Amino acid sequence: MPFGGYASPEQWVRDKSEYARKGIARGRSVVIVTFADGILFVAENPSATLHKISEVYDRIAFAAVGKYNEFENLRTAGIRLTDMKGYTYDRRDVTGRALANAYAQTLGAIFTESVKPYEVEIVVAEVGQSPESDQIYRLTYDGSIADERGFVAIGGQSEQVNASLREHHTAGEPLAAALRVAVRALAAGTQPGAPGAGPANGERVLSASNLEVAVLDRTRPRRLFKRITGAQLDGLLAETAPAS
Amino acid sequence: MRPGTSSFTEFLSLAAPDLLPGNRQQLTGPPIEVAHGTTIVAVTFPGGVIMAGDRRATQGNLIATRDVEKVFHADEYSAVGYAGTAGVGADLVKLFQVELEHYEKIEGTVLSLDAKANRLGFMVKGNLPMALQGLAVVPLFAGYDLDRGVGRIFSYDIAAARSEEQGFHAIGSGSLFARGALKKTWKADLSEQRAVRVSLEALYDAADDDSATGGPDMARRIFPVVAAITADGFRRFSDDEVGAVVDALVADRLTNPGG
Repeated sequence: MPFGGYASPEQWVRDKSEYARKGIARGRSVVIVTFADGILFVAENPSATLHKISEVYDRIAFAAVGKYNEFENLRTAGIRLTDMKGYTYDRRDVTGRALANAYAQTLGAIFTESVKPYEVEIVVAEVGQSPESDQIYRLTYDGSIADERGFVAIGGQSEQVNASLREHHTAGEPLAAALRVAVRALAAGTQPGAPGAGPANGERVLSASNLEVAVLDRTRPRRLFKRITGAQLDGLLAETAPAS
Repeated sequence: MRPGTSSFTEFLSLAAPDLLPGNRQQLTGPPIEVAHGTTIVAVTFPGGVIMAGDRRATQGNLIATRDVEKVFHADEYSAVGYAGTAGVGADLVKLFQVELEHYEKIEGTVLSLDAKANRLGFMVKGNLPMALQGLAVVPLFAGYDLDRGVGRIFSYDIAAARSEEQGFHAIGSGSLFARGALKKTWKADLSEQRAVRVSLEALYDAADDDSATGGPDMARRIFPVVAAITADGFRRFSDDEVGAVVDALVADRLTNPGG
C-alpha cells in the first residue's frame, strides 16, 4: 500500500484479506463433521486448556482458528448473547442461525471499519432433532457466511483437509468412524517435511494428547455439548486405528 | 466487545439492568397479596444431600396453586429451592441457573460450592429493597462438594446473611415443624432412601400444623418435588418413586398420626 498516496477501496480490501488469510493459514485446522448422533468437532491443539472448541448453548457449539484473543472475544460475546436471549425469551428460541448472523455482522463491521481485520475463521454448529436438521455455518474474517453440509474444515491447510473430508466423509456414520475420518483429514493437512510429519506418505500420526475433541450429541439430555477426553478418547481412537 | 466479567448478573446489570429481578420499579401503595410458596427441607446423608419441597402456593387464605415447583436443578451438582413470594423466587432461581451455567461456559470450569453459595447470596441481597416492600423471598441451597466429597446445605435470611447448616435445614412457614421433626429423625448415617423418607416425613409434619404447606395430594397424586445431589450429580425423583415412599408413609400415619 503506498504511503501518503491514494489507495483504492479494492486495494484496501485486497490487502486486508490477504493479511487475514495469511494469519489464519499459519495455524492448525479444526474439522467439523456430522455423525449419526450429532456433530463432531476435532481440533489439532496441543494445549489442554486453551480451547478452540466451546459450548455456547444447549444445542450450539463454536469452533475457531486464528488469533486466540480475537476468537476468544467472539466466543465470550456469543455466550453472552445466547444466554441473554434464552433468559429473556426461552431456551428453545436460541438458534445457531441467529448467532451466526450476529457474528457475521460483527466480523463484517470489524473488517470494514478497523485498520486490522480479525485473523479468525469460525464455525457455529447447531445439532437438530434429526440429522437432516443439523446446521453448520462457516464464517470468515470479513463476515461472509456459508451454510455447510455434512463437513467443513477451517484454518491451516484447509484445502487439503477439505479434500480429504470430501473423499472420506459419509453421513450417518457412528462416532468412532467419523472421528477416524476427521483425524485422517487433519493429518492430510500437514505438509510433508513439517515437524512431526510421518515418514512415507507425509501424513502425521495424531494422538489423543494433541487433539481436542467434542461432540454435540442429540441423545444427551438438555445441554448436548460434551468434551471427549482421557480414556474415552483413547478408546475411540484405538477403535478406529487402521487395521495393519 | 471487551474482556469482561464471567458473571451473567454483572453483565445484565450493564447491558440490560431492567431485566434483573431486584431492579423492578419501586412500588407504592398498600401491600399487595401475591402468591407465596413455603416449606423446603434439605437433609444430608453420607453420599450427598436430599432437597424436597411441598407443592402449595397460597394467596392470603386461598390456595393459589396445588402443583407449584419450588425445588430446582441449579447445576449438575447443586439444587436450589425458595420460600416466599413466588414470582420473585422463580426469577431468582432462573437468574441463578443462568449465572452458574454462564460462568461454566465462559471459564470452562465449574465454580466451587462455596462460590455458588456466595453468588446466590449476592442475588438475595439485590432483592432486599423488594423484601422491605413485602415481596420477600429466601432461597435454600444444597449441593455436593466435589472437593470434600460431602453434601452441604446453605441458608439465607432476607438480608443475605448466609449460614452453612449442619445435617439438615428447613425454610418457609412450615419450617419450624419440619425442623422439629428432623431433629428427632435425622441421623448422621442415613441411607439415601432413608433420607428421602425422613425429608417427606418432615414435610408431612409441616403440612400437619401449617396451613400454607401442602400435604401429599393423594387424590390427584401430586407429591413433593424430591431431588438427590450426589457424586453422580443432580437427580430428581420421578413421581412414581416419590409416590411409593409417600404411600408407605401415609399408610403408617393412618395408625400413628404423629409419626
